[in-house]
Amino acid sequence: MKPAGTPAVLGALLRKELLVELRTLQSVPGMSLFAVSTFVVFHFALNRTSVSGDPAAGVLWVTLLFAAMLGVNRLFVADAEQGGFDGFLLAPVSRTALLVAKALTLLAYLLVLELIAVPAFGLLLLGSPLGQALPDLLGVLVLADIGIAVIGTFVAALAVQTRARDLLGPLLALPLLVPIVIGAARATEPLLYASHPGHPAGRWLLLLGLYDLVFGLIAYAVFDFLLED
Amino acid sequence: MIPTPTPASRPPGLRTLSIATVVAFCVAYGLVFFYAPIEAEEGFLQKIFYLHVPLAIVTLCGFVLGGLMAIMHLRTRDRNWDLRSYVTIHMSLIFGVGTLITGSIWARGSWGHWWVWSEPTLVSFLIIMLLYATYQPLRFAIEDPERQARYASVFAITAGAFVPLNYAAVNLSTAYLHPRVLGSSSNLPPSMALTLLVALVAIALLFATLCSYELTAKRTRMLLRSRSRILGFQGSGTTERRPDAARETPVPTSAPARAGVHAR
Amino acid sequence: MGEAGAETTISAAPDGRAAETVGVPLVPQREALRIEGLARFYGEREALAGVSLSLKEGQTLVVFGPNGAGKTTLLRVLATLLRPHSGSVRIFEHSLPEDAWRVRGRIGLLGHEPLLYRELTARENLRFHARLHGVQEPRVRELLGAVGLDGRADEPLRTLSRGMVQRVAVARAVLHDPWLLLLDEPRANLDPAAIELVDPLIGAASRRTRAISSHDPGGGLAVADVVLGLRDGRPMLLRAAADVDPGEIAELYR
Repeated sequence: MKPAGTPAVLGALLRKELLVELRTLQSVPGMSLFAVSTFVVFHFALNRTSVSGDPAAGVLWVTLLFAAMLGVNRLFVADAEQGGFDGFLLAPVSRTALLVAKALTLLAYLLVLELIAVPAFGLLLLGSPLGQALPDLLGVLVLADIGIAVIGTFVAALAVQTRARDLLGPLLALPLLVPIVIGAARATEPLLYASHPGHPAGRWLLLLGLYDLVFGLIAYAVFDFLLED
Repeated sequence: MIPTPTPASRPPGLRTLSIATVVAFCVAYGLVFFYAPIEAEEGFLQKIFYLHVPLAIVTLCGFVLGGLMAIMHLRTRDRNWDLRSYVTIHMSLIFGVGTLITGSIWARGSWGHWWVWSEPTLVSFLIIMLLYATYQPLRFAIEDPERQARYASVFAITAGAFVPLNYAAVNLSTAYLHPRVLGSSSNLPPSMALTLLVALVAIALLFATLCSYELTAKRTRMLLRSRSRILGFQGSGTTERRPDAARETPVPTSAPARAGVHAR
Repeated sequence: MGEAGAETTISAAPDGRAAETVGVPLVPQREALRIEGLARFYGEREALAGVSLSLKEGQTLVVFGPNGAGKTTLLRVLATLLRPHSGSVRIFEHSLPEDAWRVRGRIGLLGHEPLLYRELTARENLRFHARLHGVQEPRVRELLGAVGLDGRADEPLRTLSRGMVQRVAVARAVLHDPWLLLLDEPRANLDPAAIELVDPLIGAASRRTRAISSHDPGGGLAVADVVLGLRDGRPMLLRAAADVDPGEIAELYR
C-alpha cells in the first residue's frame, strides 16, 4: 500500500465532514437561525430600529461569535460518539491532518453562516446599506473566521472528551477569542456608517493576522497530545 | 507514572525558603511604610501599589511558568511536572484574585471607581483570570488521570502563550482611546523603585514558599495513600483477596519497586 | 484468504520479504508479537500488569478473562491506541510506542464499536477508510461483495441491522490487508451465516496473525495456538492451546 499523502487524507476527511453535515444538517442551519433570531432579540433589547458604527460592530460580532459556539460544540461530537477517533487514529496518517481538516470545516461553516447572517444584519439592524463596504468587510470576516476556526477546533478537541463538554467549550473559547473580537469589531466599525464609510485601520488587521498565525502554530504543536492515549 | 516523592522527611530548603520569605516581607513592608515617600496626588492609599503590582507580576509569571512546566510534562511524561504545573497555576489563580482585589481598591481610592476599563493591564488581567478559571473545571471534568494531566498541560501551554498575546491585544485597543492612568514604572523616583523591587522579591518568595508547601503536602498525601494500600494486604502472592479488601484494587507485590522507579 | 485478485500493492515486510499474499505460505519463524512485562495503569489501578508473551506470525492468540480483566486494554495497546506505561511491546520487530507509526497501517482492529459513521453508507464509510490507508477503490467493492452487502452498500448505516453493521466493520478491519488482526469478541452481533461469511476474512482460514478476546472457551480453544488468561489485569494462564483444558478457563471466571 502506498501511504496516503496528506492532501489525499485532507480530502478524505473534508469529504466525510461535508457528507455527514449534508445528511444531518446539524450545524449550519442551527447557527444561521440562531444568528438571525439574535438580531431580532437585539432589536428589542436595544430598543432601536437601527445601529451604526461601534454598537453595530459589537452586535454583529457578538452574535457571530455565539453562533460559532454552536458549531464548535458539535464539531467533534459525531466522531466521539461513533468511534471516529479510533478509526482515524488507526490509520498511518499524521494526527494534525485532523486538526487542519476540522478547522477548514469550521471555517466553511462560518463562511456559510456569514453569507446568511450578514445580509440579515444589514436588513434588520443596520442603518446604512452595506454595498460599498462589502469588499473590506469580506476581508475582515475571513481573517477573523480563520482565528475563530482554529481556536474553535482546539477548544472543541479539548472539551469533547470531558464530562461537561457543552459548557466547557464556550467557557474556554470566549477568553481566547477576545483578541479576535477586539480586532474584528474595531476593524468593522468604520464600515458601518451611513455617511462616508471608511476603511479598516491596518493595525486591527495586523492584530487579527498575527493572532491567527501564532495561535495556529500553538494549536498545531499541541494537537497531537489531545488525540493520543 | 504516578508521582511519588523520595521517602525523605522534608524537602531541603523548605525551612530556608520560609525564613527568607518572612525576612523579605519585613524588609519590604518596612520600606513601604517608613522609607517610600507618600505620593503627592493619591496619598497614603497609593501604598497599595506595592502590593498590587508585585502580585500582578508574580501571577503572570506564575501562569507562564505553569505553561513551561507543562511543556516539560509533555516532553518527559513525568507526572511530577504536571503536579508542579498544577500547583503553580493554582497558586497563581489565588494571587490573581488578590491582584484584582487590590487593583480594585486602588482604582476606587484613586478615581472613585471600583473598575476602570481604560487600564489595559487590569482589563487583560481580567480576561486571563476568566480563562484560567476554567483550568480546574477542565481537570475535574476528565476522569482518566493520565488524560487529565495531558489535557491540563495542553491547556496550560496554550493559556501561558496567550498571556502576552492578550496583553498586547488589549493594550492596542485601549491605547488609542484613553491615556494610561496608572503610570508606568519607568517614571518612578528611585526610592519608590527600590521599594517596589524589594516588595516584588518578597511576594515572589511568598509564592515559591506556598507552592513548595502545597507540593509537599500533595506528594505526602499520595505517598500515604499508596503505602496504606500496600498495608491493606498481607502476604499474598496469589489472587486471593481478603473480603474487606474486595473493593480495593489489587495491589501488586512489586509496588515498592514501582514507587521507587517513579520517584525522582 | 479467499481474496483473489486484490489489487492493492502490498509493500515489503520489515525484513524485506513480501508480506503474505494469496496462497503463499507464511514463514513460520518470524515473530509477530513479543510482549514483556507490559503494564498499563488507569490512575492508580492496574489495567494490565506483568503481561508477557510471544506469538509467531500466522499464529492465533486467544485471550480469556472476565469483564474488566484487561482484554480490551491489551488489544488496544497492541492496536497502538494506548501507550504501554511500562514493559515492552514489539510488533513485527517494531517497538511501541516509538515506532508505532511504522506499524499503524499494518494492524486491523475489530472492537466493540464498529468505528463507522451512521449517517454514511457502507460504501462511503469504506471509501473513507480506504483513502486514509491509501487503499484503492476496487478493494472496497471486493470487500463489500465478500461480506455480502453489495445490495445494501448505498444505504445509510443507521438503516442496517446490527449484524450488517458488524459485517461492514469486518470489511473495514481488513480493508488494508493488515499483518496483525485484533478481534475483540468478534462473534458478537453476528449470526451463524454471517460468521461463516466473514471467516475467510478474519477467521482461521485467513491465515493472518490474530489476537482474539473471547468468552467462549470451547470455540476459543479450537482456534487458538496460544492461550492467555487474564484476571484483574494480571496473567493467570499462558500456555500453548494444546496444553489447556476448558476447565482451567472456567476457573478464571470464578
